[in-house]
Amino acid sequence: MLEFARQWESLRRNPKVVWAVYVTLAALLIVLPFATDWALGRSWVRIAAFALLYVMLALGLNIVVGYAGLLDLGYVAFFAVGAYFYALLASPHFGLHLPFWLLLPLGAAVACICGALLGAPTLRLRGDYLAIVTLGFGEIIRIFLNNLNAPVNITNGPQGVNLIDPIHVGELSLAQAHSVLGITFPAVYNYYYLFLLLTLAVVFVSLRLEDSRIGRAWVAIREDEVAAAAMGINTRNVKLLAFAMGASFGGVAGGLFAGFQGFVSPESFTIIESIMILCMVVLGGMGHIPGVILGAVLLVVLPEALRYLGPLQQALFGRVLADPADLRLLVFGLALILVMLLRPSGLWPSAVRQREFAAGAGESGRA
Amino acid sequence: MIRVSVNGTGWCLVLALLLAGCGQQSPSSGSVIRIGQVSPLTGPQAHLGKDNDNGARLAIDEMNARGLTIGGVKVKFELVSEDDQADPKTGTIVAQKLVDAKVAGVIGHLNSGTTIPASKIYHDAGIPQVSPSATNPKYTQQGYKGAFRVMANDVQQGKVLGEYAVAKLGAKKIAIIDDRTAYGQGLADEFEKAAKASGATIVGREYTTDKATDFRSILTNAKARQPDLLFYGGMDAQAGPMAAQMRSLGIKARLLGGDGAQSQEFIKLAGSAADGVVASSPGVPLEKMPGGKSFADRYTAKYGQIQIYAPYAYDAAMSLIEAMVKANSAAPAKYLPELAKTSRQGVSGPIAFDDKGDLKNGPITLYIVKGGKWNALETVGGTAAAAEKK
Amino acid sequence: MDIFLQQLINGIVLGAIYALVALGYTMVYGILGLINFAHGEVVMIGAMVALAVIQLLIGSGVPLPGPLIAAVGLAAAIPVCMALGYSIERIAYRPLRQAPRLAALITAIGMSIVLQNAAMLVWGRQYHSFPTLLPATPHDFAGATVNELQLFIVALAALIMAGLLWLVHRTRLGRAMRATSQNPEVAGLMGVNVNTVISLTFVIGSALAAVAGIMVAAYYGVAHYFMGFMLGLKAFTAAVLGGIGNIAGAMLGGLLLGVIESLGAGYIGPLTGGFLGSHYQDVFAFLVLILVLVFRPSGLLGERVADRS
Repeated sequence: MLEFARQWESLRRNPKVVWAVYVTLAALLIVLPFATDWALGRSWVRIAAFALLYVMLALGLNIVVGYAGLLDLGYVAFFAVGAYFYALLASPHFGLHLPFWLLLPLGAAVACICGALLGAPTLRLRGDYLAIVTLGFGEIIRIFLNNLNAPVNITNGPQGVNLIDPIHVGELSLAQAHSVLGITFPAVYNYYYLFLLLTLAVVFVSLRLEDSRIGRAWVAIREDEVAAAAMGINTRNVKLLAFAMGASFGGVAGGLFAGFQGFVSPESFTIIESIMILCMVVLGGMGHIPGVILGAVLLVVLPEALRYLGPLQQALFGRVLADPADLRLLVFGLALILVMLLRPSGLWPSAVRQREFAAGAGESGRA
Repeated sequence: MIRVSVNGTGWCLVLALLLAGCGQQSPSSGSVIRIGQVSPLTGPQAHLGKDNDNGARLAIDEMNARGLTIGGVKVKFELVSEDDQADPKTGTIVAQKLVDAKVAGVIGHLNSGTTIPASKIYHDAGIPQVSPSATNPKYTQQGYKGAFRVMANDVQQGKVLGEYAVAKLGAKKIAIIDDRTAYGQGLADEFEKAAKASGATIVGREYTTDKATDFRSILTNAKARQPDLLFYGGMDAQAGPMAAQMRSLGIKARLLGGDGAQSQEFIKLAGSAADGVVASSPGVPLEKMPGGKSFADRYTAKYGQIQIYAPYAYDAAMSLIEAMVKANSAAPAKYLPELAKTSRQGVSGPIAFDDKGDLKNGPITLYIVKGGKWNALETVGGTAAAAEKK
Repeated sequence: MDIFLQQLINGIVLGAIYALVALGYTMVYGILGLINFAHGEVVMIGAMVALAVIQLLIGSGVPLPGPLIAAVGLAAAIPVCMALGYSIERIAYRPLRQAPRLAALITAIGMSIVLQNAAMLVWGRQYHSFPTLLPATPHDFAGATVNELQLFIVALAALIMAGLLWLVHRTRLGRAMRATSQNPEVAGLMGVNVNTVISLTFVIGSALAAVAGIMVAAYYGVAHYFMGFMLGLKAFTAAVLGGIGNIAGAMLGGLLLGVIESLGAGYIGPLTGGFLGSHYQDVFAFLVLILVLVFRPSGLLGERVADRS
C-alpha cells in the first residue's frame, strides 16, 4: 500500500508524466465536440458548452464560498448582470451593437462593482445572516430586471431581450458554420471553443489567486476570522475582493451566455440557479479547483443524462415502467443526497480537507 | 460511516445511462414519423405541461389508429416528449435534442420564454414548429417561416378583452393586476391599451408573481380606488385564490381574466367566488366545434380533466399531421408549404395561419361562470368580422 | 390612511402564516445550525396528507362539522410529518453531523427536491382545492374586513410560540435542547442523550410543519406539490430576521416580514410617486431585512446558537 503511494507520488512529480497528462487532456478537450456529436448527437455539444459556462460560474462562486468561506446564495445575480449588460448593448433593444471584446470585459467590470456593492453591507455578518442577505440581493436584481420596463423601458421586463447579436469579429460570426482546412465547424463548436478558452483563463486566474497572498488571506478568514484580523489581515478589503473577483467571473459567463443563447429573460436567473451553482461547488469539493470543475460538469450532465431513463428502462425491462419526466428530478435529488452522504467533503476535495475531515471524524468518534 | 469508493460505481452508472441512449437515431423514415412535444413536465406549471403532452398524445394515438399512408408507405407516428422545465436554457438543449432525433415537426413549447430561443434552433434545422400556447407576439415577429401558433397572441386577445370590458361589461373604472410574467404582463398591457382607447379609465395597476398565494394587499389597494372591474393577467392557479380573496375583502367589482384563467381549475380554486367571473379563451367553445364535444369526452376518459391548452396541443398535432398527409411527405421542406396553407376546423376553433404564422382571424370567445360552470357569452371575431379588426 | 388598517391586518395575518412555518424551522435551525431546506416540503406534505384524509371524509358522506373534519385531517397529518421529519434527520442529517456544514445543506437541498417530486408522483401535478372547513365570513371592523379564520391563525401562531417557549425554558427536554444547541459535546458529558434530543427537536418541528401546512392550505384554499418552496424561503428569511434559533424571534420575524410585505405592496407606489409599484414588494422586504441586519447583525432578538467559529 505504501509502495503504491510512493510510486504514485513519484509519478505525480515526474514532469514528463505531468506534461503527457496535460497534452492528452488538451487533445481530448479539442476533439470533444466532434466525438460527442458523432456518438451522442449535437445536443450534447450544446450541453458541453453550457457545462463550460457553469464551470466558470462554479469557479467564481468557489472564490467566495470555497476560498473565503462566505456563504453566497445569490450568486446568479452577477450572471444576470453580465448577461443583461451584453444583451442590452448588443441587440436591437437600444439599437446598439457593441462588439464582444468590449462588452465582455466591461460586463465583468460591472459585475465586479456589483460584487463589491453586495459585499459592503455584509461585512459584519457571518454565516446564515450573510446567506440571507446574498439571497436577497440575488432576488432584488432579478426583480429589477423583471420590472424595469416602465416608466422607462430599460430591461424590457418579463418579455426579455431578443435577437441578441451573436459573438462575432467583424463579419466572422460564431453563429455560422465555418470551414477550416476542410473540417466544418458548426456554430455550437465555435462557441464551445471560445468558452473553452475563457474557462482555461478562469482556471488559470483561480490557480494564481489560490497561491497568492490574497488567496492565503481568504483561507485565513475562512478558518478563523478573528485570528486573521489579529495577524494583520485587512478583513474588510479581503472580503470585498472575494466578492468582487467571484462576481467578475459570473459577469464574463453572463456575457457569453447572452451571445450564445440570443435571448435573455429574468426567468433564467432564479434562486434555484444560485442554489444549483452552490451545489456544484460543494458537491465537487469546496476550494479545490479540479473538484469544482468536476461538480459543475456532473451537475450539468446528470439531469440531461437522466432523460435517458426512458430508453434505459426499455433496455432493462423491455418497457417503460415509469415516465422518465416524472423520475428525472427525483433521481437527481437522490443522487445529491447519496453523494454527500458517501463523500461529505465533496467528490474530489483538496488533500488538506480530506485530512482535516478524517482527523475530525477520528477525534470525536462516530456520531 | 462506510468509506466506499463510490466514484467507480458512480461513474459506471452515469456512463451506462449515457451509452444506453447513445447513438444517432435514424431519420424519420417512411414507417415511423417522430413528432416532438416540449413543455414543462416538472415544476410549478407541470400540470399545464402534462396537459399539452396529453393533448398531443391523443392526436397521435388517434392518427395511428386510423393507419395513415404517406408517400405510399403505411406510417406510425411517435411522440417524442421532452421536459423543458419552463427554463429557456433547458429549452434550447431540448430543442437541439429533438433536432438531433430528426423529428419531422415540433409541438411546443408551452411558455413564450422557452419557445422563442428554441424557435431559432428549429428554424436553423428547417423543422416546423407549432406552439399551442405561446402568446408573446415576438415569437412570430422573428421572420421564421416555420414558426406557427394555434392560439391568438396577446395583442389579439388583449384587444378583444379591452373592448369587451368597456362596451359589453360597461366598465368605466378598471383596475389591472398582472403576474409579471411575459404572458400576464403582455396581456395586461394590451388590455390596458384597448380599454383606454374605448374610453375607460385605468384607476390602478398592481402586480404580483406567478408563485404568490396572498393577494390581499394589492387587492386592498385596488379596492380603495373603487373600480367597476378588475382585470387579471395571469394563470388560474393565482386567479382562483384571487377571486376568493376578493370576496373575503368585500370587493364588489367583477373579475375579468384571459385564457390563463379560463379553466375548470379556476372554478375549483375560487369556490363560491367563481360565479360571475368573465374570462376569454381563443377559439370557439368545444361544444360548438364539430368534434369538439367528442374530443372532450375522449380526453377526459383517457387523461381526466382538461387543464387549459390540451385542445390547442391536439389541434397543433393534427395540423402537422394533416399537412404531411396533404403533401404526401413527412419531409419538412415538402410539407411546410402545406402547413402554411392550413385551413381546417380544429377542436379549439378554425385553424388558418397568416403570413407571419399567427392564427388568422382567430375568433375569441368570452365565457362567464354560472352555477359553477363556464358558459359561453359571445364569440368575437372570426373569418368575416375579424378582417376589419386587424 | 383609510386602507392602512386593512393593510396592517393583511400583513399581520400573512405574518402569522410565515411565523407558523418559521417556528418549526427555527427549532431545528437553533439546535443544528442547519438550513433545513426540506422543512417547506414537510409543510407541503402535511397539507397534502391532510387534504387526502379530508377528501376521504367528505366523500364518505358522513355529516361532520367543518372544524371537526379539519381536526381529523390535522390528526392524520401530524404523525405522518413527525415520522417524515424523524426519517429525514436519521437518513440525511445525522451521518453528516461531523461533516462540513455545507454538506448537510446540500443533502437538505437534495431532500427537498426528492420530496417535491415524490409528492408530484403521488398527488399529481395539478393544484388541489382545499375545501372551506373553517368559518371565514367577513366582518366589518373599523372600515376593514376581518374573518374568524384570520383571527384563528394569529391566535394559533401566538399559542404555538407560547407553547414552544414554555417547552424550551420550563421543561427538562427544553433544558436539554438548549444545552445541546450551545455545546453538544459537553451536553453529552452532562448526561443528555444528544441523538434523542435532536431527533425529538426534528419531530416537534415537523409536527408544527403539519399544523402550518394545514393552516396555509385552509387559508388560501389551495394545495400544490410546489407550494413548500416559497414558504420555506420565507420561513428562512423570517427566522434569520428574528435571530437564528430564537423562538420569539421567529414569531417576530414572521410578523414583521408579513407586515413589511403588505405595507410595501400598499405604499411603494405612493411613496415613490408612481415610479415603483407593488411589483417591488419583495425588494422592499429584502431591503428592510438588509437594513435590520446591518444594524443588528445577529437578528432582531439575537441568536441562540453555539458559537461555531
